[in-house]
Amino acid sequence: MGSGSERDAVVALMIDYVHLIDEDRLEDWVELFTDDCTYKILSRENVDAGYPLELLSCHNKGMLRDRVVSLREANLYNLHTDKHVLGMVRTHQESDGVWTAQANFSLYQSTLDGETDLFAVGTYRDRVVFDNGQPLFAEKIVVNDTFAVARMLSTPI
Amino acid sequence: MPTAMSLEWPTDDFSRIPFAAYLDEDIYVEEQERIFRGPVWSYLALEAEIPNTGDFITTYVGDTPVLVNRQRDGQVSAFVNRCMHRGSMLKRECRGNATMHTCLYHQWAYDLTGQLRAVPFAKGHMGRGGLPPDFDIKSVKLTSMRVESYQGVLFGTFSDETEPLVDYLGDNVRAELDRVFNRPISLLGYQRQRILGNWKLYNDNVRDPNHGALLHMFHATFGLYRPTQRGGVKMDDRHRHNISYSMMGTSDDDADAEAFAGTQKVFDKGFRLEDPSMLQYDKEYPDDVSLTILSIFPNMVMQQITNSLCTRQIQTRGPGELELYWTYFGYTDDDEKMTQHRLNQANLVGPGGLISMEDGEAVEMVHRAVKREQDEHGIVEIGGKGEIADHDYLVTEIPIRGFWSYYYELMCIEAEQAA
Repeated sequence: MGSGSERDAVVALMIDYVHLIDEDRLEDWVELFTDDCTYKILSRENVDAGYPLELLSCHNKGMLRDRVVSLREANLYNLHTDKHVLGMVRTHQESDGVWTAQANFSLYQSTLDGETDLFAVGTYRDRVVFDNGQPLFAEKIVVNDTFAVARMLSTPI
Repeated sequence: MPTAMSLEWPTDDFSRIPFAAYLDEDIYVEEQERIFRGPVWSYLALEAEIPNTGDFITTYVGDTPVLVNRQRDGQVSAFVNRCMHRGSMLKRECRGNATMHTCLYHQWAYDLTGQLRAVPFAKGHMGRGGLPPDFDIKSVKLTSMRVESYQGVLFGTFSDETEPLVDYLGDNVRAELDRVFNRPISLLGYQRQRILGNWKLYNDNVRDPNHGALLHMFHATFGLYRPTQRGGVKMDDRHRHNISYSMMGTSDDDADAEAFAGTQKVFDKGFRLEDPSMLQYDKEYPDDVSLTILSIFPNMVMQQITNSLCTRQIQTRGPGELELYWTYFGYTDDDEKMTQHRLNQANLVGPGGLISMEDGEAVEMVHRAVKREQDEHGIVEIGGKGEIADHDYLVTEIPIRGFWSYYYELMCIEAEQAA
């Protein structure tokens, strides 16, 4: 695969990511990650102050699946639909089949009554690797500027 | 104008709580005066957040903005975060280090004890303007709080009447703080959660071990906390603070299944995590307690959920909104593996916590539903009526009655005496 089409595949992966969350296809969303992936939602406050605490963290695909199963089976949360708006993607090829990518996002949540709030604004800092021609997230770091979380953080950002 | 005293309190044991107390704007204003400016110790911060001279943090006591800093002599002082001149907020940053606090509006400069030191153009220009000759800069100080520390936990009070902190906390709470703050801590970071509900609904929530396994099914499912475990509640003499505690692995699957029978909850013994590492408790205290929720009237919670340690500060944002400010920590002698374990377990709590995310929703559901039911009362009878006392079982909400008995004392009895 040429680097031009690899770049297209990285961007397509980031687009799939937001649409699968918005469509509540979280079981499919998990499949965008490598087995030993890192997924973290960070508060900008902690990033700026140099503290390691996350708002949410998964250190492998199993933990991502646990999150999804817990949401489906155990947790009671504010029922809503998500809508992401993804900004332009900046990419960088680190080595053969290894890319970093960054994009800003906004995430709106709408209630069952049709009220919409801006839930989060932030930046994705991603590391994407190609496995048999398929791009996967080895690392997805969400830096959340809206770190005063409204109500709760249930579905992924 | 409604006051807390004018509400209907139908039972002496506070087994009925008037909903208006959660909603009324005038009562909220009264609370700021009688509670947050009254004879209580409010949680401010941890000493570890401001270890060096000039280190400061900004916070809120109720809805009053407060600046906390470490003076040159090592003492910690706290002030209303407001310039004495025109009332502008003095420090806008959440944290930092400063040798002086200089107001951005007209550059009035205060030292770390809150004393005004300099006013630009105090003598005017060319002999005209400036402050009048009888204005005494030395007489201007920031409005200060009294600050006391217990085991590195900083509390402040606006009242001269407040009893010494050690007496305010009492033996049980001091013992719990001694237990967790038994050696130097290191900060891991912060989380914030905005909840559209009254600040007392959250105080109720943390004094209610009964809801733990009913609302938080993650808890019940994985056995971290179940009402059939060994545990109980311990309060101070005046029942304003509470410690709920339980011991992991002491529950009974069959008794749990029986207890959940007839509800719509599915209690599934076969439910397992793919990666159970975050449920692991590395025992680190001499006792077998694996879960502690300590609540200190009026604005502090401290948790030990297995190895996840943090304080939660309740900041009020009007009668219908609160911010929870979570400060996570470990110990300075934690190795890298332990630090990672604590960070991993932070997934259990906070706004995105597998266990605790529901609390925000529960508080909001109550706040929304009772809006037009202000003459009605909530029921608090789980665990028993009558006397408010410590007990060694978890199917209880008696500490909620303790909170309200002290609330009533501050808001009603003392108001009556003052009148």
